[in-house]
Amino acid sequence: MNKISSQNCCKGLIFRILVILFSFFLVLPSLAASEASESKTEFIIHHVQDAHEWHFATIGHTHISIPLPVILFEKGHGLRFFMSSDFVDEQHNNVDVDGYYFDDHGHIHSRDESLAFYDISITKNVASLFISVILLFWVFLSIAKKYANNPLTAPKGLQSALEPIILFVRDEIARPNIGEKKYQKFMPYLLTVFFFIWFNNLLGLIPGAANLTGNIAVTLTLAMFTFFITIFSGNKDYWKHIFNTPGVPWWLKFPVPLMPLVEFIGLFTKPFSLMVRLFANITAGHIIIMSLIALVFIFESVYIGPVSVLFGLFMTMVELLVAFIQAFVFTLLSAIYFGLAVEEHEHHHEEQKEKLEKSPA
Amino acid sequence: MDLITPAFGLIFWQTLIFLVVLLILGKFAWKPILGALQTREDSIDEALRMAEKAKEEMASLKADNQKLLLEAKVERDKMLKAATKIAQEIKDQAKEDALLIGDKMIEDAKSSIESEKNNALKQIKDQVAELSLQITEKLLKKNLADDKSQQELIQSYIKEIKLN
Repeated sequence: MNKISSQNCCKGLIFRILVILFSFFLVLPSLAASEASESKTEFIIHHVQDAHEWHFATIGHTHISIPLPVILFEKGHGLRFFMSSDFVDEQHNNVDVDGYYFDDHGHIHSRDESLAFYDISITKNVASLFISVILLFWVFLSIAKKYANNPLTAPKGLQSALEPIILFVRDEIARPNIGEKKYQKFMPYLLTVFFFIWFNNLLGLIPGAANLTGNIAVTLTLAMFTFFITIFSGNKDYWKHIFNTPGVPWWLKFPVPLMPLVEFIGLFTKPFSLMVRLFANITAGHIIIMSLIALVFIFESVYIGPVSVLFGLFMTMVELLVAFIQAFVFTLLSAIYFGLAVEEHEHHHEEQKEKLEKSPA
Repeated sequence: MDLITPAFGLIFWQTLIFLVVLLILGKFAWKPILGALQTREDSIDEALRMAEKAKEEMASLKADNQKLLLEAKVERDKMLKAATKIAQEIKDQAKEDALLIGDKMIEDAKSSIESEKNNALKQIKDQVAELSLQITEKLLKKNLADDKSQQELIQSYIKEIKLN
């Protein structure tokens, strides 16, 4: 490829870029099958997953990483504290500590098979979670003070940057979907979940940062919050709608309770879709950006650099947008589910269904 | 498979921390922020309503002023008209009076002139009579002293006069 490019260098930069792009598509299928390239893309999957240490970079054979606390809860024995650096020696080989060891995937196991324990370590994601929470507290408690001190003055600084978004959550998400009467009860949750997801999506885009909102455990927990709030705020109409859906022929409910079954499954598919949507969108974004960077290692060519940079830049811009959109979608769908749970009049029902169908996947 | 297997530790921390965040932000951030936004919106609404009310009041005040102005104008016109009428009447009256007085004065003057004339005429008559008497006396005195016949004549005249 270098030879071709150098021969045609006089024909200009455009041709050269075309050659690079074209060869990239030609070479790609053969790469998928090659065994050697696997090690070059390994870092992608390492990045999108959680880890017991916060790894930033590897220069030669030196790993630049921060060791994190390993906390284990042993049944009947209580908590055990270690550092992740205790489990590896200077040659980066895993070593045993008190009968515990790391496997190749970074999971902790005990040599004693009968010992039951839970791993509640401060992993990379948990550490990232703490950082994001400190940021959330700092940002919102400081602007809250401004609001409390002078509620009637126009917003200033950070306050004026965030106020439109707070109003957006209130006026575009909560009010129309939950209803004027009941939306206030859900505002703290909707605002918290919106800013939590948005901040963490953005933090995840920083090089070297954790992929918190692209972790299934985190999205599962957030979806569970929405699920339980929906269940506990469901009124009589809501449960009647699930177990005895009005406007459905009787033979769909008796003797085989087909509709109630479908509606009941729907209770769980809603939070499940929330969990998968956020996880998949964020993780996919990270994988795409990392893959574009990985092209450099795969091709081992200087000409792929501009391609990786340009595409990587473009994807990062898209991810900035996705960070907001996914926070918005999670919050919007949560608000719609709460709206369905607290709805009182049957004639509003069709309207809500339409909204649900129109909302982005 | 690790990618889609939720880890217990992370669920534990996420649940715990998210609950704490929800409670703390709910109490110390969202409550004052949403409260302040509501207060601000209410105050803006109130201010707008007040402005609208003030505008209406201004408009009604303006209308009132217009009405008052109109009334005042009508009143002024009425007063002017009445005053003009009165003035005209006074003028007419004065004219009439003046005419009457003038006529009377002329009448008086005429009558006084008449009487003065009569007086003057009478005086002149008297004077003339006296003068003629004096002249006559002088003439008579001269003639009668030396002439007897003349005395007779006089006698005859006297007789004549007596007859008159």
